[in-house]
Amino acid sequence: MSVTQLGMPQVRHGVGNIFETEPFPKYAERELKNEQLRANLGFATHKIRDKRAAVTGELPDWQDLRTAGSMIKQKVMANLDTYLEEFERNFTARGGHVHWARDAHEANEIALKLIQAEGVDEIIKIKSMATAESGLNEYLEENGINAIETDLAEEIVQLGDNDRPSHILVPAIHRNRTEIRDIFRKKIEGVDPNLSDDPAELAEASRFRLREKFLSTKVAVSGVNFGIAETGTMTIVESEGNGRMCLTLPETLITFMGIEKILPTVEDYEVFLQLLPRSSTGERMNPYTSTWTGVTPGDGPQNLHVILMDNGRTAALADEVGRQALHCIRCSACMNVCPVYERAGGHAYGSTYPGPIGAILSPQLGGIENEFNSTLPYASSLCGACYDACPVKINIPEVLVHLRGKDIDAKKAKKKQIPTQMDGLMFGAKKLFSSGKLMALAEKGLPMSKLVTGKDHKISKLPGLVGGWTDYRDIPEPPAQSFRNWYKKERPSETKRVAGERVDIDALIAQNKNKVAEAHAAAEVAATDKPAPKTEETK
Amino acid sequence: MRIALFSTCIVDGMYPKVAKATVDILERLGHEVVYPQGQTCCSQMHVNSGYFDDAYPIVKNHVESFEEWDFDVAVAPSGSCVASLGHQQPMIAERKGDDDLARRANQLASRTFELSELLIDVLGITNAAEQLDSYFPEHVTYHSSCHGMRLLGLGTRQSDLVRTVEGIQYTQVEGLDQCCGFGGTFSFKNADTSGAMVEDKVANIEKTGASVCTGGDVSCLMNIGGALSRKNSDVQTIHFAEILASTKENPLKVNGPVSLTGGSK
Ligand code: SF4
Repeated sequence: MSVTQLGMPQVRHGVGNIFETEPFPKYAERELKNEQLRANLGFATHKIRDKRAAVTGELPDWQDLRTAGSMIKQKVMANLDTYLEEFERNFTARGGHVHWARDAHEANEIALKLIQAEGVDEIIKIKSMATAESGLNEYLEENGINAIETDLAEEIVQLGDNDRPSHILVPAIHRNRTEIRDIFRKKIEGVDPNLSDDPAELAEASRFRLREKFLSTKVAVSGVNFGIAETGTMTIVESEGNGRMCLTLPETLITFMGIEKILPTVEDYEVFLQLLPRSSTGERMNPYTSTWTGVTPGDGPQNLHVILMDNGRTAALADEVGRQALHCIRCSACMNVCPVYERAGGHAYGSTYPGPIGAILSPQLGGIENEFNSTLPYASSLCGACYDACPVKINIPEVLVHLRGKDIDAKKAKKKQIPTQMDGLMFGAKKLFSSGKLMALAEKGLPMSKLVTGKDHKISKLPGLVGGWTDYRDIPEPPAQSFRNWYKKERPSETKRVAGERVDIDALIAQNKNKVAEAHAAAEVAATDKPAPKTEETK
Repeated sequence: MRIALFSTCIVDGMYPKVAKATVDILERLGHEVVYPQGQTCCSQMHVNSGYFDDAYPIVKNHVESFEEWDFDVAVAPSGSCVASLGHQQPMIAERKGDDDLARRANQLASRTFELSELLIDVLGITNAAEQLDSYFPEHVTYHSSCHGMRLLGLGTRQSDLVRTVEGIQYTQVEGLDQCCGFGGTFSFKNADTSGAMVEDKVANIEKTGASVCTGGDVSCLMNIGGALSRKNSDVQTIHFAEILASTKENPLKVNGPVSLTGGSK
């Protein structure tokens, strides 16, 4: 593909399903009222959470594995161009065809041409984030090609009316068994009208529908977990085995691969095969791991294509802090532990990528300037549970804060924008917080706040932006005097400078190194602990 | 030892009694406490809201006000603000191209400790009843604030000290490691999600049957306490410094009508 560039290269953002359709808080407000959704999500996330904690906790070298994973990914990002070309050489040498797509539209167009060249109007698909990102299914449908999802959960979403995946690993996490049964009863032709909500029966109903498709369809489209540069090998890890069928039965296999999915060597792959299943499904090993290297005559697909998709990844790579989002291996651990995701659900993030990773990836792929994407970095209390869980140690809270900074800068750059209430609040607080003297003066006015306090000594209604606080909680009555002003009166003359040596704190800490354990032991002995109340989940 | 108190802006303005309790504990141990009067805020609210430029003068003020004073070590009754000093202040200075301030901010951060860390790791306190005369005959549960737990790695330090207080009964809350939903400006920018989080937290606290929920950050306690108050719950929120400061001679009273822990009446 020829590109004519004039002057400085422009940042090219991605397109496709990587955008908020409305501000996160608004979407979340609606979803939070859906009791069924909250119950489904709470149940599912807690279950995966506990499984993950158990299988990562049992590995003595889990933290070392995380470090290794993070370092490999850093190396990949630092040399991405070299690795991609190495991958292309090796993939091509073994009989595959490599296509480069600058964005999701180009990727879809390439796929359509390849499918049309095979003269088919139906394809089968393996669950893939890249094709969800590019909106391939809808694009193919517009062009008269039917794409059949073969992953059970994707199938549920596809069959459900106007539904969208809400989790990257468990796309139908927002559905419970009864809802799934109803969808199947309605949508699968020839299904037993008395189909129950037993998971085995549901899976059987799906199998019945898909078996025939696997055997008769000529073209499959997949994503990929890792592409290995040194050999041109591709890999998919999965649970159900439908992927294995798609990868082996059809004549043509077209794989969508985000350019960040590269691993340098087969040896590196070993690290990720330990990190991924334990972090995603909480299993020691996933049931099906498929790896394929080139074309083998008479065995498996004879036409092998890979579409290397950028779609905003190069733009993300240019951001020193933000680029770590490209390390993501799509395990979904971050969303499973996220208290915001657990309550608001995946749809509130708009994009294909929900949860904490979505909040940092979508605005980088699609551009934070994009209308509603700028609300995503704020969809977090910065509790840090995601960072602890991430198998490749992406410091999600750090990137969230960094992107908030970029958002504010971008808004300020739009010169004519009228300052928001938030700007005003921050400006006032800056003035105050830049000087202890000003603070002391301002705090003299604290008794004034009694004016807004109710008879019950609390504030129950605040106006404007901060009113969100009092929608759910009260504010205590402010004190009559601040600490600073009390202290100044109590102790008017403290000396700033004193002669003499300073205590060696590090030496003290070294000397006290057993005290943390001692304090804990003392607490265990001394405390008249009451037993925790009986509940399903006690941590 | 000469200990500089960093009260944090929210304790200074809303919860002076937490700072007083901190002074009280340290003086009981025979240390000299000083209060650098120029101090205000760690800048976290601005940083976490994306207002990096506005955060710079706040960082500068913090570093300079403490540099004016001689002290061995600084302490704050907050995990979150202490974490902000080391994790955010240098970044804000660097972003402005002020490498010198970044270096000094790092230096100050390395000498500033969260209260339980100071007490245990620096001062060697392992038993509040024996070494601090702490006495608090109440049924207590505890909220482990995220930044202290995850950014500072405080582990069980705060609750360990609380559990060694004489007379105390302790019940661990279900979902101890779950965020209370505060998150600074998150609490009103994403008010509904934040509200749902604190509702669940409060329900778990009430399940313990405790009459007091303690913790190490007044911001989280204000969130939890505010939601408890909205429910007309009898459970009160009290910073663990106040519990450690409570003695038989001078006990902290929590009985009586429901009142939030603000104020110093
Ligand atoms: S950001 Fe980390 S935890 Fe989240 S999906 Fe990606 S790899 Fe998994």
